[in-house]
Amino acid sequence: MLEAYVPILIFVFVATGFAIFTLIMSGLLHPERYNKVKLEPYECGIEPETDARDRYSIRYYLVAMLFVIFDVETVFMFPWAVIMDELALFGLIEMIVFLFILVVGYVYAWRKGALEWA
Amino acid sequence: MAEAIVFYGLAALILGFAVLVISTRNTVHSALYLVVNFLLVAMLYVMLGAEFLAAIQVLVYAGGIVVLYLFVVMLVNLKRPPETHQDPRRQTRLGLALASALLAELAAIIVYSATGESAPAATAAAAAGADIAGGNVEQIGMLLYTNYLIPFEVASMLLLVAMIGAIVLAKREL
Repeated sequence: MLEAYVPILIFVFVATGFAIFTLIMSGLLHPERYNKVKLEPYECGIEPETDARDRYSIRYYLVAMLFVIFDVETVFMFPWAVIMDELALFGLIEMIVFLFILVVGYVYAWRKGALEWA
Repeated sequence: MAEAIVFYGLAALILGFAVLVISTRNTVHSALYLVVNFLLVAMLYVMLGAEFLAAIQVLVYAGGIVVLYLFVVMLVNLKRPPETHQDPRRQTRLGLALASALLAELAAIIVYSATGESAPAATAAAAAGADIAGGNVEQIGMLLYTNYLIPFEVASMLLLVAMIGAIVLAKREL
């Protein structure tokens, strides 16, 4: 059964090997000629003024949390979708109950303004 | 035999990356090691014939949870030096207590699995997974939506609580 995963294993080895090979070869071959323009972080764009290791807004966390919750919700829908014909009406009703409980949370998030950025 | 070699290799890698997760000083690097750890655990699931669980592990844990961790790391002020507790021996004592509890638990598991006849459960599950070979999503679905209907519906309640909790914590001013 595990033989089916041999192509994936080869893919992983090739991808990792290519990344390592590229890093080593560019390290060996690249010329070292630096100047001020070359060392700038952006060719065109605003120069960073502060350290990137600063505290970020909690809105990012909220968006990530909502993403993970609806991600897990979708995960529960995959096996349901596969055997939907066998479960018939019973399966449809239980999924509606499942989704209804989460829609309550979705409405709450919406009305609290958790989905708005400003 | 080959499977045993793959298993022990994977287990060693998982433990190695787990140690890296907790020993790295840079928290972002720690989260990235955690991604590798999750991917290796997904490979372990594949070995057990649990393809669906492996896909979920990659999708939810390596994809979603780590993003959440990274945002939490970015919320914390990393430039401030870590505070020392008033009692410097507190963590040692707590750590010792937790470590001995874990050791006792592991010893109990080893003794139980060596003497008891619980081992066939895992091999039977692996054999059941090997029978279908195409994937076990149907089996999981059939069990989840019939025998384990109540836990499935309770899971949605758990997700609801997590959602409301996150909003209350993050948007207190509203």
